[in-house]
Amino acid sequence: MADMSPIKNPMPEQAPELRNKNFFEVALGYSAEAAMKEATRCLNCKNKPCITGCPVNVRIPEFIRKTAEGEFEEAYEIITSTNALPAVCGRVCPQESQCEGKCVRGLKGEPVAIGRLERFIADFHRASARKDIKPATKKPEQNGHRVAVVGSGPAGLSCAGDLARIGYAVTVFEAFHKAGGVLVYGIPEFRLPKEIVQSEIANLEEMGVTIVTNAVVGRAMSVDELFEEGYEAVFIGTGAGLPQFLNIPGENLLGVYSANEYLTRINLMKAYLPEYDTPLRQSKRIAVVGGGNVAMDAARCAKRMGADEVYIVYRRSMDELPARKEEVHHAQEEGIIFKLLNNPEAVLGDEKGYVKGLECLKMELGEPDESGRRRPVEVKGSNFVLEVDTVIIAIGTSPNPLIKSTTEGLETNKKGCIIADGQAATSRKGVFAGGDAVTGAATVILAMGAGKTAAQSIDAYLKSK
Amino acid sequence: MYRIISKRVLNKAETTLEMVVEAPLVARKCLAGQFIIFRVDEYGERVPLTIADYNREKGTVTIMFQPVGRSTQMLAELNAGDSILDFVGPLGKPTHLEGLKRVAVVGGGVGCAIAYPVAKAMHAKGIEVDMIAGFRNIDIVMLEDEMRKNSTNLYITTDDGSYGERGFVTDRLKQLIESGRNYDEVVAIGPGMMMKFVSLTTKPYGIKTVVSLNPIMIDGTGMCGGCRVSVGGETKFACVDGPEFDGHLVDWDELIRRGAFYKNEETEQREHVCHLTGGVRRG
Repeated sequence: MADMSPIKNPMPEQAPELRNKNFFEVALGYSAEAAMKEATRCLNCKNKPCITGCPVNVRIPEFIRKTAEGEFEEAYEIITSTNALPAVCGRVCPQESQCEGKCVRGLKGEPVAIGRLERFIADFHRASARKDIKPATKKPEQNGHRVAVVGSGPAGLSCAGDLARIGYAVTVFEAFHKAGGVLVYGIPEFRLPKEIVQSEIANLEEMGVTIVTNAVVGRAMSVDELFEEGYEAVFIGTGAGLPQFLNIPGENLLGVYSANEYLTRINLMKAYLPEYDTPLRQSKRIAVVGGGNVAMDAARCAKRMGADEVYIVYRRSMDELPARKEEVHHAQEEGIIFKLLNNPEAVLGDEKGYVKGLECLKMELGEPDESGRRRPVEVKGSNFVLEVDTVIIAIGTSPNPLIKSTTEGLETNKKGCIIADGQAATSRKGVFAGGDAVTGAATVILAMGAGKTAAQSIDAYLKSK
Repeated sequence: MYRIISKRVLNKAETTLEMVVEAPLVARKCLAGQFIIFRVDEYGERVPLTIADYNREKGTVTIMFQPVGRSTQMLAELNAGDSILDFVGPLGKPTHLEGLKRVAVVGGGVGCAIAYPVAKAMHAKGIEVDMIAGFRNIDIVMLEDEMRKNSTNLYITTDDGSYGERGFVTDRLKQLIESGRNYDEVVAIGPGMMMKFVSLTTKPYGIKTVVSLNPIMIDGTGMCGGCRVSVGGETKFACVDGPEFDGHLVDWDELIRRGAFYKNEETEQREHVCHLTGGVRRG
């Protein structure tokens, strides 16, 4: 009999006033008891709408049933048959608009906590694998075909994992010194511990995936040269790494960072650990411009790095904030100050060129625009200066042009996104693409879904050759 | 890991070092004007250095550097046989070599390490190269034989006259221009201040002036935007749009300011290092 409680079993969290001073994970995860209890909230309904909400079609009711029975390793097998990175997805997927958004329990009360359960199962497996309770992942039988994957973010890793699982020899090329893409340089430790990313990547390597770091495709070698070297298909999952700026006066003053740079210094280059040499400005008052998940990550990092006041400066209102509700809520709890309906006009500097303020203009909401959101309209003469010593620009990113500019015949759209069809095929034969490189900045799970689709297409393409 | 094949000191004052590093992926395709990013160990920064030379057959890349910051000091502590953890490249666009007949290549101090391979690439292409190399004094003069071999004429200047001609590179450059050398292009590589003044020197003559910038950056592929520089009123990323730009259009004061952004943090770090022994150690 299903547990008919209208609310999710709570997941313990670090207290806000404690966690905004450290980089340990905010959410602490379910105990086995809590997970089994939550799992019994699933009605195991016939239509399984949750699965249709999942970009990688995890067989959700099946793994939840096994969880309720305490068969955690079997639950893990079910999840990983379609999802290469469950510990990551359990933490950073926007479940409220995907699987949980479709859950029938959500019609009356809260949906089943699918994300928390996925996280629990993945963490349980990792903890027991460490203790060698379970034998290591078996290396699949090789089919002798080689595939190159460019970029080791969520799209590339999921594509590589799926191909390796069916016997392809996959090499992943990563420009940075560490694999993981946005999972290691972008998403902070307190939302996604890097140890988890490394362990998911280690699983792929055990399956036979080769990862080559410090390899910039488009410079050290072109896509065409990958084919010359014997790779029979290439997947491009290079993400959307190019930061956008506001193009307002003062943006090159000392103390203006792109969110990419600020987050990379902290997450990849570990500026928060004293033994690392990575320099970062010791800021007292920081304005983060933007309202997405990246802006929330940057603001919450800034607070943890010791800033007294951290502002989110966003030109629309709370209702239009594109960030996940949970992230906004966490940011508010941690003391981030939301300066909504404010548009930055200029960054102001002192005589030495350091940031001393952000001049803003107040906005009010007018009629809805083409995106359906109410358009912000300037309030004339409402200029004011927010006194800050650091400004972080988090208004979005676009795809990196490096591959496009060095691969003849690879078509892109006006925004620089690689054009790929529903099967991830590009305008170049044998070249597939997916993730943010195709869609522009989106989510981890959509990128993983695209990587998965590409893996199927690559398999079909190579079998038909 | 990237093995250091050899290491040598380039000048009497021992302020500039040369290392030949095994990096086949970089050596395979790199060209003059491009750069690499190295990271000595897990705790180190990512630091860009222009490629000074390469050997495609041996798969090696040569770098030259001055141990001034924490990471370059750590690098200087390594010897032949040791390894560098990360070494990625080639990054940036190569030097433009087409359609040139006569060029002045101007190097300032350690900048000569970067100017010399540019001169070499041009000279090898049959371009007439006047190489002007400026140093503070005789103790830091370096690469004289290499520069002489790879240029049509070599002019060495020192600020105090202790070697070569007394004066600045801009004095010599101006004399050469005035004497009627019709340069298609001037290439200036060195400290920001020196490149700024070379650009100011050539501007009245309308000679195209190319400078190679080396701002603070992390990834070198256009991702962090830390290396942004104002060129002709537009923001460019030195790592992917450069590192070479039109010196007449660069906002020099902004560039020099941005280059010194972390000076305070660097000083603190150095104090940590030199605490007891004066050596560079970690932990």
